[in-house]
Amino acid sequence: MVEEIGTTVEGDVLINVGPQHPATHGVLNLLLTINGETIKKVEPHLGFIHRSIEKMCESLTYRQFIYVTSRMDYLSAHINNHACALVVEKGLQVEIPSRAKVIRVLMDELTRIASHELWWGAMAMDLGAFTPFFHAFRERESINDIMEETCGARLTMNYIVPGGVMYDLHPDFQKRVKDFITLYKLKIHEYDEMVTGNIIFQNRMKGVGYLSAEDAISYGCTGPTARGSGVSCDIRKLYPYEVYDQLDFDEILETGCDSFARYMVRIREMNQSIRIIEQLIDTIPEGDFQAKTKAVLKLPKGEFYQRVETARGEFGVYIVSEGGNTPYRIKFRSPGFSNLSALDQMARGSKLGDLVAMMGTLDLVIPDIDR
Amino acid sequence: MFIIKYIKEVFSGLKSLAVGLRRTLYYFTHHKEIITEQYPDNRETLKLSDRFKGEVVMLHDENNEHACTGCTACELACPNATIKIITQFDITPEGKKKKALDKFVYHLELCTMCNLCIVACPTDAIKMAQTFEHSVYDRSELTKILNKPGSHIRAGVE
Repeated sequence: MVEEIGTTVEGDVLINVGPQHPATHGVLNLLLTINGETIKKVEPHLGFIHRSIEKMCESLTYRQFIYVTSRMDYLSAHINNHACALVVEKGLQVEIPSRAKVIRVLMDELTRIASHELWWGAMAMDLGAFTPFFHAFRERESINDIMEETCGARLTMNYIVPGGVMYDLHPDFQKRVKDFITLYKLKIHEYDEMVTGNIIFQNRMKGVGYLSAEDAISYGCTGPTARGSGVSCDIRKLYPYEVYDQLDFDEILETGCDSFARYMVRIREMNQSIRIIEQLIDTIPEGDFQAKTKAVLKLPKGEFYQRVETARGEFGVYIVSEGGNTPYRIKFRSPGFSNLSALDQMARGSKLGDLVAMMGTLDLVIPDIDR
Repeated sequence: MFIIKYIKEVFSGLKSLAVGLRRTLYYFTHHKEIITEQYPDNRETLKLSDRFKGEVVMLHDENNEHACTGCTACELACPNATIKIITQFDITPEGKKKKALDKFVYHLELCTMCNLCIVACPTDAIKMAQTFEHSVYDRSELTKILNKPGSHIRAGVE
């Protein structure tokens, strides 16, 4: 601490935000250097929820390591599992049935909506509005029910396995998803009425947390954080996997570069996810839900990488295989880590009260950052 | 005209607040549309999905027979060493020694409900139960032996 104090000038104060602060959404410690109300520096300190997941995966087989990634970004657990399954299939050169592909994409998009809805409620709560949280959870609850019915769990599903999905869709799945879409379309205008159009909210978001496109690229930001700065980085469009190249959806880009732009990207992305689900839900192909794979999976010697677009940005899995049934080295590229690193750039010069609003628009999930 | 612009902004701001408050007031007066799970009170009627992963149980039929051969496929599939299978040697009527299940030890406190053991089981001897209230007073109560005392393997299961 002594060295850090040495760089400050007269009147600077060092304060800790977190690790037990509710607005940090987990155990994140931010060491702030402030002068009066103005932020001079933000230093995120990590490591409070480090579980050494990458090292742990080295002792797990290619079927077993997938469930661990649900515990990283638990709000888009499904999409993390998807990335792991894809990289194993890439190594095994397995062609998965088209039914499994469609099921995976449907589940991904449902997860994305659920994640964005939780983010919307939590972010409004960060800014002091408590009611939106309940409204967001009302819609999210119906997605969780769909997940519970088909996957057997509400948050950490472990539904995607190498070769396809663990079991077939529940017979009620299509009906439940259609009911959800009806509910969603009936209720989504409330989000705009209650939060987006609110003058207090807009004044707290517009012009706050400026992140230019150059900075977003240099910090490695991905997902809605970068798209709010106008950087085209949707993996579903740029490097399509599964059936995304046959689908009709837009990549949402906003050029505001501020907190409000990042907010709008997520709100509009939910509508795109609904569009994807509507295209697929009536045309789920018949057939197997899982390809035939061997009991013990062994990847050939080499290096494999696969990236997917989670609710927060680009998630990558990198596997080095020595030919055995466990990975020699595994590396996860998590979106939250890079997005958090841009917080310092955003927050410098702004007021202390706006920091929580900026963190809210980054949509941080701390176990994803720490792993 | 700065003043007119300012007044317009004030009024549009007030309007946006009124729109939000109208929605709040709507739900304030429409109690029926608010969904709340009355969880501890609705235990009798609470029906979870058949696939819900609560804990691993072993299926026993009315003759107190199960289908577990003690092949340890679930033990190998488990990522967390949740399952430990202890086998013994039974003497068959023909006088031969045969490997059979002695104890199916299940550590609920280590289980992450990933369902890999259920998928791995070749004889469908275990399945996921829909129970979810697992809190106990002592940690040792979470270590369970799944095969019932005195149970045997069902005839014909190999």
